[in-house]
Amino acid sequence: MKKISSMLAIFVALFVVLSIPFPAFAQQKNIILATTTSTQDTGLLDVLIPIFEKKTGYFVKTIAVGSGQAMAMGQKGEADILLVHSPEAEQKFVAEGYGVNRRLVMHNDFIVVGPPADPAKVRGMKSAVEVFKKIASSNSLFISRGDNSGTHVKEKAIWKAANIKYEGEKWYQQTGLGMGQTLNVASEKRAYTLADRGTYLALKKRLDLDILAEGDAILLNIYHVIEVNPAKFPKVNAAGAKAFADFMVSRETQEIIRTFGVDKYGSPLFFPDAGKRVENLGK
Amino acid sequence: MELLFEGIKKAFYLLFTLDSEVMGITLLSLNVSGIATFISLFIGVSIGTVVALSKFPGRKIVVSLINTGMGLPPVVVGLFVTIFLWRSGPFGFLGLLYTPTAMIIAQSVIATPIVMGITLAAMQQLPKKLRLQILALGATRLQMVWTLIKEARLPLLAAIMAGFGGVISEIGASIMVGGNIKGYSRVLTTATVMETGKGNFDIAIALSIILLALAYLINLILTYVQQRERPR
Repeated sequence: MKKISSMLAIFVALFVVLSIPFPAFAQQKNIILATTTSTQDTGLLDVLIPIFEKKTGYFVKTIAVGSGQAMAMGQKGEADILLVHSPEAEQKFVAEGYGVNRRLVMHNDFIVVGPPADPAKVRGMKSAVEVFKKIASSNSLFISRGDNSGTHVKEKAIWKAANIKYEGEKWYQQTGLGMGQTLNVASEKRAYTLADRGTYLALKKRLDLDILAEGDAILLNIYHVIEVNPAKFPKVNAAGAKAFADFMVSRETQEIIRTFGVDKYGSPLFFPDAGKRVENLGK
Repeated sequence: MELLFEGIKKAFYLLFTLDSEVMGITLLSLNVSGIATFISLFIGVSIGTVVALSKFPGRKIVVSLINTGMGLPPVVVGLFVTIFLWRSGPFGFLGLLYTPTAMIIAQSVIATPIVMGITLAAMQQLPKKLRLQILALGATRLQMVWTLIKEARLPLLAAIMAGFGGVISEIGASIMVGGNIKGYSRVLTTATVMETGKGNFDIAIALSIILLALAYLINLILTYVQQRERPR
């Protein structure tokens, strides 16, 4: 009898686990959005996507990775739409025929953040290149994303402009993580890093990092939407991708972007730019 | 220290207010890992039993492979399942990548060798003469196997615990094949990593505590069932 009741107990337990229903979702109207960690870590997409889903009936699967990985997904046709911030790589992506209809959505800027004590003495410097030179020459620890994200690509461009060899140097470390986690690492290690302003502001209360340099033209951080080319990848949800891109540049969405974060952080995290020209940004 | 306290407070707050997002995440964790454990139980116990009871050339190699599989790294499983489920992959037509189903597949792959390995060890622990005895009493082969499984039920419950514990705490595969999509494929482990990245340490701690409590609860039930058998 004991055996039977114990067997019964197992089956009851399993039955309880298995009978919890999956939340129901429309499977046909899926859109895979490959995007950067900054749009997720700031909470912007948590605001925008429910509005889009309600409006159109699509279900958006947001895969938040670095811009590099997002474009790699696009190159295999594993994503339908990209929201990324790595302009040079994006141009190459479109030129090679992987993406179509690249449109400007918004911008903010990159900032150099570091420990309040500022061992490299870069606070208030204007030129990002000079800041990087000073960090290197003072052997101050610099934490890099190291994940080929938009931020990482920008960082490498600045090192290149400063003509500094950084790879393999003792003061240079790579996390391979998203922006939020990299900021946490930099804060713990009292190190410098390059961050997008949005993620920094969203995490600021937990970080022991100050903005030490900002405002240089090279630090502009520009986000585009790109639809993955349906002519190249027939399985892509082209209609859904277009609907999402249209939504991102629509007047209503741009208005939400303009005010996003103001109530919480005192200043906007992103500046809406739909329909503008890249050359005129930040002026 | 203060942070930990804040986290515990948050955990209780989220639990007692039945926060719908946290509840959804918790139920999905249970659901995905529960089904995966169930699937691995079927495959693991049957193959484990067959290997334990039969003799064939290369058996030692098979057994060592199963034992290696018990330590299969979840990220490796995640990577291969992802490649198979890509739109451009062999099972792309199913459209399963970034779904809870994909997570169940990956977690089943992780849990199956664990269940198989423990089953194998448990069946081999049984006295050799038991088989002959059962057969001598006139049982059919199938009845014999069933009796042996029943005889090994205590270690088999341990196999369920190990399998379930392995997959509910696993993150590498879940985030790769599930994508950590809000309200759809976000489970306790992937949500914890994301909230940590966002700097919401209190929520991350709260989710961890829920995960620990859940794992403990399941194991408590199974242990209760297992230990009731002890005094004979």
